[in-house]
Amino acid sequence: MSGIPHDHYEPKTGIEKWINGRLPIIGLVHSTLTAPTPKNLNWMWIWGIVLAFCLVLQIVTGIVLVMHYTPHVDLAFASVEHIMRDVNGGHMLRYLHANGASLFFIAVYLHIFRGLYYGSYKAPREITWIIGMLIYLLMMATGFLGYVLPWGQMSFWGATVITGLFGAIPFVGEALQTWLLGGPAVDNATLNRFFSLHYLLPFVIAGLVIVHIWAFHHTGNNNPTGVEVRRGSVKEAKKDTLPFWPYFVIKDLFALGVVLVAFFAVVGFMPNYLGHPDNYIPANPLATPSHIVPEWYYLPFYAILRAFTADVWAVQFASFITAGIVDAKFFGVLAMFGAIFVMALAPWLDTSSVRSGKYRPMFKWWFALLCVDFMVLMWVGARDTEFPHDWISLIGATYWFAYFLVILPLLGVFEKPLPLPATIEDDFVAHYPGAAKDSAE
Amino acid sequence: MFKKLTLSALTALALSAGAAMAAGDEGHVHDVDFSFEGPFGTYDQNQLQRGLQIYTEVCSACHGLQHVPIRTLSDEGGPHLPEDQVRAYASQFDIYDADLDDDRARIPADFFPSSSLSNAPDLSLMAKARAGFHGPMGTGISQFVNGIGGPEYIASILTGYTGEEKEQAGTTFYENTAFPGGWIAMAPPLYGEDVEFADGHSNELHHEAEDVASFLMWTAEPKMMARKQAGFVAVTFLFLLTVLLYLTNKKLWAPHKGKKFDL
Repeated sequence: MSGIPHDHYEPKTGIEKWINGRLPIIGLVHSTLTAPTPKNLNWMWIWGIVLAFCLVLQIVTGIVLVMHYTPHVDLAFASVEHIMRDVNGGHMLRYLHANGASLFFIAVYLHIFRGLYYGSYKAPREITWIIGMLIYLLMMATGFLGYVLPWGQMSFWGATVITGLFGAIPFVGEALQTWLLGGPAVDNATLNRFFSLHYLLPFVIAGLVIVHIWAFHHTGNNNPTGVEVRRGSVKEAKKDTLPFWPYFVIKDLFALGVVLVAFFAVVGFMPNYLGHPDNYIPANPLATPSHIVPEWYYLPFYAILRAFTADVWAVQFASFITAGIVDAKFFGVLAMFGAIFVMALAPWLDTSSVRSGKYRPMFKWWFALLCVDFMVLMWVGARDTEFPHDWISLIGATYWFAYFLVILPLLGVFEKPLPLPATIEDDFVAHYPGAAKDSAE
Repeated sequence: MFKKLTLSALTALALSAGAAMAAGDEGHVHDVDFSFEGPFGTYDQNQLQRGLQIYTEVCSACHGLQHVPIRTLSDEGGPHLPEDQVRAYASQFDIYDADLDDDRARIPADFFPSSSLSNAPDLSLMAKARAGFHGPMGTGISQFVNGIGGPEYIASILTGYTGEEKEQAGTTFYENTAFPGGWIAMAPPLYGEDVEFADGHSNELHHEAEDVASFLMWTAEPKMMARKQAGFVAVTFLFLLTVLLYLTNKKLWAPHKGKKFDL
């Protein structure tokens, strides 16, 4: 599967030959496990395994939760309480599932920002990046659909606000919103289709994850130097890499263990810390909560959505040149989806010939500012829209777009990168001087 | 390696801290040192029983606990009443039975009655549906340090009446320092010495308020003790596994990093 030269699987025993002649599955497993992996990968390369764990955790706990959950507006809330009180281990299942979503998003954000810093999105890994962005979008959709299912106050009003975004699309918006909801407002039809889709999408994600892994196994992993593995011969490639099993499996499992210690501490000791208290109040279409706040993992993009109000000149300009078709609400929706879209375009917006941020002295600072910007947007997304929060979110949203649309393209032109190590092996030996003898042998 | 690992962990923590939710004009909620706080905190069985008594004699006049099965009063990790007492307790409430087409006394398998007043919210989940400690500035640090704060909110409401009243559109509102907005429609339910405890425990107002807040925390989170135990076991075993994996990883990589590994 891998594009890096490596030893291929040869069936030896009779049974192996028999199976492999009919279905090359042993060879597939073999090449996946022995995939040559850059030996200088650092600890930011462990989030993939955490994400894989999260997907399995969410599917397994989710399937069991479905056995006890009732998707009906009159019964959903009580059925969740039934899970919490009567189902054996039900409270753990539900808390694992709810906090599992948070772990999933913490891991995916670290995974994405890892990619942004080390330039993992650059050629030839653009498709891996795009598939990853699709997975991230589907995760957002799945998380949102799942949050509606307990049918608490935030479930109901979150669904009302988010489907309302589609209503902001000119001409077709209202019809689209009605079609999504299955009626004029969030109701039983909405709950049923959200339940159905919440069960479906994780399997679509699983499919895309396989494509994601397939793609980066073909190109090989990126690594902290951004220097490619030497591909002249198997011997040469082996100097830069180690096989996935056992070196990276054990390393990843150790990292997963560290993450899970923290995760189980949260689930066991503070499972409601990341949730909104209002979702323990049954949904009431007649009582709007004073603040409708999405789950924490949407907050940066929710802040961008709210940043563009009617008094922002860009919004007024857009409204003017489109003869009012693009109003503030639609502008906000475009900005929110646009924020993810420009991130997906990073491979083509980043003009630098150097992949890794480690060797880009100016880029480093702009990237650090992007990380701060993301955290600030997350914080301001949960605040009200009074001054100074409106200004903070507008500045934060502007920087997000400026980073991708202006800074990334210009840096490639103006920045003078530092010298790169010639090979991954050189970088590794620089870290571990004792390793020089080993590779000389 | 640990520096980078710590950095990753800190980043993860910082990301999750952004989860803290904001809220508007809040009342003042004071911290109470409840027995069930912290990773090893447990419910005080006697306190839950006192809270049940206050709930039954005072709160249940208007409020309900529709999600709580009466049988759970005998659960371990809860009030842990003897089963005959639970049966006797259940039988004081009637329920309409569709099979009999008539009312009958409740049995332990039935739920607590629901609210009898339409504007009195159900209390089953109140301790989780209210957040006592916001901020500072929506960062969630206060919740992290002091706990979720729902029981504190309940205790603060019950002790937060100033004695001021006002009429608005035919409804009387009572000034309360803990209630968001400062004026609450619920008349002061507890004044102190509202109930007599069989064991002679203090029935001062703030004791009563804390007892009933504890009881409502239990109704909201009846499996809390089982959950903390599961969490403790999981964290312990995962920690041991992680130590073993750390050593395995170190030994595995040592020859390639030109290091020596001896255990």
